[in-house]
Amino acid sequence: MRVGLFVTCLVDLVAPEVGVATARVLARAGHEVVFPEGQTCCGQPAFNSGYREEAATVLRSTLRALAAADVDAYVAPAGSCTTMVRTFAAGLLDDDPALAAVAPRLYELSEFLAEHGGELRGRVRRCSVAYHDSCHMLRELRLRGEPRAALARVDGVSLADWDEQRCCGFGGTFAVRSPELSVAMADEKLRTLGGADALCGADPSCLMHLRGRLEKLGVKTPVRHLAEILEEGTRP
Amino acid sequence: MTDLVREAGTRGAPASSLRDRERAALAGSGHLQVAIRRSTDNMDGRWRGLRESLPGAEELREAARSLRSAAITRLPELLGQLADNVEAAGGRVFFAADADEATGYITELAQRRGATRAVKAKSMVTEEIQLNARLAEVGVTAVETDLGEWAQQLDGEPPAHILGPALHKTQADWVRVLRPEGYEGGEDPDAMCAFARRTLRPRFLDADLGITGVNLAVASTGTLVMVTNEGNGRLTSGAPPVHVAVMGMERVVADWPEVDLLLALLGRAGSGVNFPTYVNCLTGPRRESELDGPEELHLVIVDNGRSKILGSPSQEALNCIRCGACLNACPVFRQIGGHAYGDVYSGPIGAVIVPLLSDGNHELSHASSLCGACWEACPVKIPLHELLLEGRAQHAGSERALWRAWARAWSSPRAFALTGAPAGLRPPQALVPPPFREWAKGRTLPRREGSTFRTRWARGEVLD
Ligand code: SF4
Repeated sequence: MRVGLFVTCLVDLVAPEVGVATARVLARAGHEVVFPEGQTCCGQPAFNSGYREEAATVLRSTLRALAAADVDAYVAPAGSCTTMVRTFAAGLLDDDPALAAVAPRLYELSEFLAEHGGELRGRVRRCSVAYHDSCHMLRELRLRGEPRAALARVDGVSLADWDEQRCCGFGGTFAVRSPELSVAMADEKLRTLGGADALCGADPSCLMHLRGRLEKLGVKTPVRHLAEILEEGTRP
Repeated sequence: MTDLVREAGTRGAPASSLRDRERAALAGSGHLQVAIRRSTDNMDGRWRGLRESLPGAEELREAARSLRSAAITRLPELLGQLADNVEAAGGRVFFAADADEATGYITELAQRRGATRAVKAKSMVTEEIQLNARLAEVGVTAVETDLGEWAQQLDGEPPAHILGPALHKTQADWVRVLRPEGYEGGEDPDAMCAFARRTLRPRFLDADLGITGVNLAVASTGTLVMVTNEGNGRLTSGAPPVHVAVMGMERVVADWPEVDLLLALLGRAGSGVNFPTYVNCLTGPRRESELDGPEELHLVIVDNGRSKILGSPSQEALNCIRCGACLNACPVFRQIGGHAYGDVYSGPIGAVIVPLLSDGNHELSHASSLCGACWEACPVKIPLHELLLEGRAQHAGSERALWRAWARAWSSPRAFALTGAPAGLRPPQALVPPPFREWAKGRTLPRREGSTFRTRWARGEVLD
């Protein structure tokens, strides 16, 4: 398939390695990957703060850029931004042709691999991974098995037992409006991390928050996006 | 009493900011969090287990949602029918537009009856209208008879949870609170319970007024359905000569099949039991042929801001049956507890309805990470996280200029590309813009390694 990457603002500006890993994994699964360059952000920061018009402005411009690409599907390495387009955007943009063109074909990465991942397989050194269920992905997109199935494509990866479903406390601008609370929420979750070799998730925003907290606490457990583990495991 | 607690018992805009209250709650010894975790994990875990084991739980929640929505849509009609049927059964009905009208009616009634002693079964709406304080002003002492609520009253604290008002209290707290009442035992729940029973029993028998809430009011028969875990509701409504039932106007249902479904969900979601422990269905006061029950029954139906929600995008908030499940599931409530919300209603449902009901404390809609755990737990499937977003949008404005500038920049790919900080840079604290400074207090700032994704793509560095 010809796949358009929706890398999301955070990956583009802060964690490009996640975008690179996503593109490579998709290519290794046999897809042709393109990057529609006019894209920026899904508008979620403003939307979650209550600024709908401003969110719509940004969302519209990204959707237009995505819709202009000649692709069969879109893939984002972020459950939350996928949710924004698939679930919340409808209440924000009336009858937007770009939304109608993109939303039904936009997949979160592990969701896409579940359907179109083919025989993609790999291996890494034995590694127990604490997978973090990000909230939008779990409750809005209902993707619980898919990211775990994606990790299962990589031999050597085992799932660690921890408080996987509790909100990490990121919550978009919540993390700066209520920083102490946000950090307390992260701490409660991170306390259950135990001896896992890595913390893994499919939402770069949660991972940025959790990584920032672990670093502040001086904990060395690496924080890795699902795409990075898949990329490492499937290197040619 | 701490400031946090004092503000939680009042209505309107609290003096402190939400963030200050969060900080105050987090700065404690950690006892608060331990106590909340223990009780909410227990209740949430049981409800979760029941949801998973109950065949068709999802369909039941969906059915409850549509039944509640249908009832709220017909609210004026159903309330009219309810009032007619309560009156036909011999009760009296008063529609109170606001808290003053509601408390005014009840205090006048108390004075007319020469009442000085009242017993109360736990009711959130009476907390909302500050009934106890108004009764005290006319010389009526109201004693709470729900065990947890009684402890809160003795401690001078408002309830900290819709269903478990004292769930943040440890055994040691309980002993401290009961000591001045004459309790001499130790931290043994059974002994404390027996003491409470001994102490409260005569109060029921002496009371001039019994005041309760209403869980559901059945329009078709004029029946008030009241649920308790301790049986105190039955004594409160039945022993004193006058029963005053206070209900939020949204508590009406059309007919009995709804009661059946909603009670099954209320018990499961609220306390993790298949059916609520004590259910009282009261139709009118004592009849000629009956041995007990009150001489007078007064139903006070309280609006106090609810009709403003009707017809608004937040209407579904009125579907709430006050089970408390959303509080138990909430990762924010579990950190800060009920009092930090600055109102009698706390947790996700509090963060939704307090700004709507009181037209104040708008900040509360930000007391959520929007994780949706509340929505997942709610037995009537209220999309609380979406209503929180609605609340934020309703009161957006102070940051408008900032977001407008952001939208202008980020809707242009060229300007967007310029907003990325240079690679690998972690600017000194003083140069970090304010929102990121807040971030950086408990977390390291993210640092990009190498060029942005779009730059790498343009250079052909991305694919193998
Ligand atoms: S919003 Fe739902 S979960 Fe929360 S108290 Fe009301 S009915 Fe229960």
